[in-house]
Amino acid sequence: MTAPWTGLGHMLSHPFMQHAFLAGTAIAAAAGLIGFFLVLRGQVFTADALSHVAFTGALAALAFGLDPRLGLFALTVAVGIGMGLIGPGGRADDAVIGAVFAWILGLGVLFLSLFTSQRSAGNGNGAVAVLFGSILGLSGPRAWLATGIALAVIGVLLLIARPLLLSSLDERVARAAGVPAPLLSLGFLGLTGATAAEASQVVGALLILGLIAAPAAAASRLTTRPFRAMTLSSSLAVASVWIGLTASYALPNTPPSFAILAVATVIFAASSAVQRPLGRRADQTSPGPKGSPRRA
Amino acid sequence: MTGPGWNLIADLQQMWALPFMVNAYRAGTILAILAALVGFLMVTRRQAFAGHTLSAVGFPGAAGATWLGVSAGYGYFAFCLAAALVIATVPSSAHRGFSDESALVGTVQAFALACGYLFVVLYKGVLGGTTALLFGSFLGVTTGQVTALAVLAVLLLVALGVIGRPLLFASLDPEAARASGVPVRALDVAFLVVLAATAAGVVQITGALMVFTLLVLPAAAARELTCRPGRALMLSVALALLITWVALAVAFYSPYPIGFWLSSLAFAVFLAARGTRAGRDRTGTRATTA
Repeated sequence: MTAPWTGLGHMLSHPFMQHAFLAGTAIAAAAGLIGFFLVLRGQVFTADALSHVAFTGALAALAFGLDPRLGLFALTVAVGIGMGLIGPGGRADDAVIGAVFAWILGLGVLFLSLFTSQRSAGNGNGAVAVLFGSILGLSGPRAWLATGIALAVIGVLLLIARPLLLSSLDERVARAAGVPAPLLSLGFLGLTGATAAEASQVVGALLILGLIAAPAAAASRLTTRPFRAMTLSSSLAVASVWIGLTASYALPNTPPSFAILAVATVIFAASSAVQRPLGRRADQTSPGPKGSPRRA
Repeated sequence: MTGPGWNLIADLQQMWALPFMVNAYRAGTILAILAALVGFLMVTRRQAFAGHTLSAVGFPGAAGATWLGVSAGYGYFAFCLAAALVIATVPSSAHRGFSDESALVGTVQAFALACGYLFVVLYKGVLGGTTALLFGSFLGVTTGQVTALAVLAVLLLVALGVIGRPLLFASLDPEAARASGVPVRALDVAFLVVLAATAAGVVQITGALMVFTLLVLPAAAARELTCRPGRALMLSVALALLITWVALAVAFYSPYPIGFWLSSLAFAVFLAARGTRAGRDRTGTRATTA
């Protein structure tokens, strides 16, 4: 019975595992929290676009020989706020997001080709690390920095949680109550950009969406109370990272980002299965957590 | 290869003397027509997110097929169609970009890409091809691929022709369509399958980026310029053809990748269309207020 515990002890005695758990926990908590609002506001596509901006930003920094995290962070936050400025009420149209998104990806491809032609020694691994993450390669200072940024995101988000929730559910009521809704949604997109930039270090730019969307979607299926769902979403994201990291340590040939995403997906699938019998009843009483403008 | 001169015809002759450029133009033309038509419906239905997801999940399919030693084509179709069917499980009432659908689409995309990464790690050797799988090249298209793409395009266009009218009705106004007996739910699923087949067929030649660009941008630009569905459909095909042809020529004469030129050109067209409409709106309001 002691074998699993000694195994856990072994795992946590590696410094790279400690750093991974430290940064992974903080970033997952932030991603779960951000994800709750993104799902509530129907803005997961925006997060998808921003995660690819993180990819382009990191490649741009690599191509110009800067610290990748700087380019990634600056560009992601800027585009996040820019997307808010394009759309009416801080919520850009689906087609506009797609248009910006496609172009950003095109720029990413340009930087990728610049980067790979500069270092023709076949260093495609830099790009692969950007795409799929390298949580086990975090150094101590980087892990602490990532944790600090994630905690700052969580702190700001908790400060604006109440007005943001109100303006997400009913923007007109929020405006009437004196909530600066457009400013809030801009700030929210900036925070989303920061989270996407941070999370791309954990699971990679292509996979952020799993850490953002899956726990939040699972939470919204399990409870309709907003603050409970927020906590649940954050906890489920953290649980995905913990279980995923442990699994990738224990099983051979399992990259951590895959394991984390697999756990998040299983949680989401399980919550859909649990919710189905309950959901039918809930559907009759309320039209869903977000008052979707369903013209019946 | 010499650079482009000012003689346009000589430049085109020089470019088309190379068989791979001829094939690239053939494949590009088919791709532009197919993607613009499917993309117009996609943008009208506000399913750009689903479109991006379906064009991205081809990569894990190909990686998985390579790992198993199967032809990559099967992997593309298996993953794209499976993802489309999973996305289609969300009932159609939520089919307008609202929370639940987008969360599901996001989860499907992330999990599929994570699987792709796992396959790459398990196969230990396709890593160099990862970026090609994701972003495509367009320049290695064979005549056989062009033929296969043409057959697929004809099949999909026939399918779209059959369901086109009710689908457009259901996309523009689902409630009215349902009230008049159109099987909206079945059409939702059918459209996602068409979108997935388009993505699967085209991604293996061009990479995910170019498919997504041609699905979204011409249709989005056309929608800015006219609000009549028929005219917008024609316009988006014309824009897609123009963008693809010019981007191929520019990419041929420049050291930068086609994906960059195609998306930048398409984005410029989109911005121009948006600017045109903004200008028209302003003069229109001035005319009414004066």
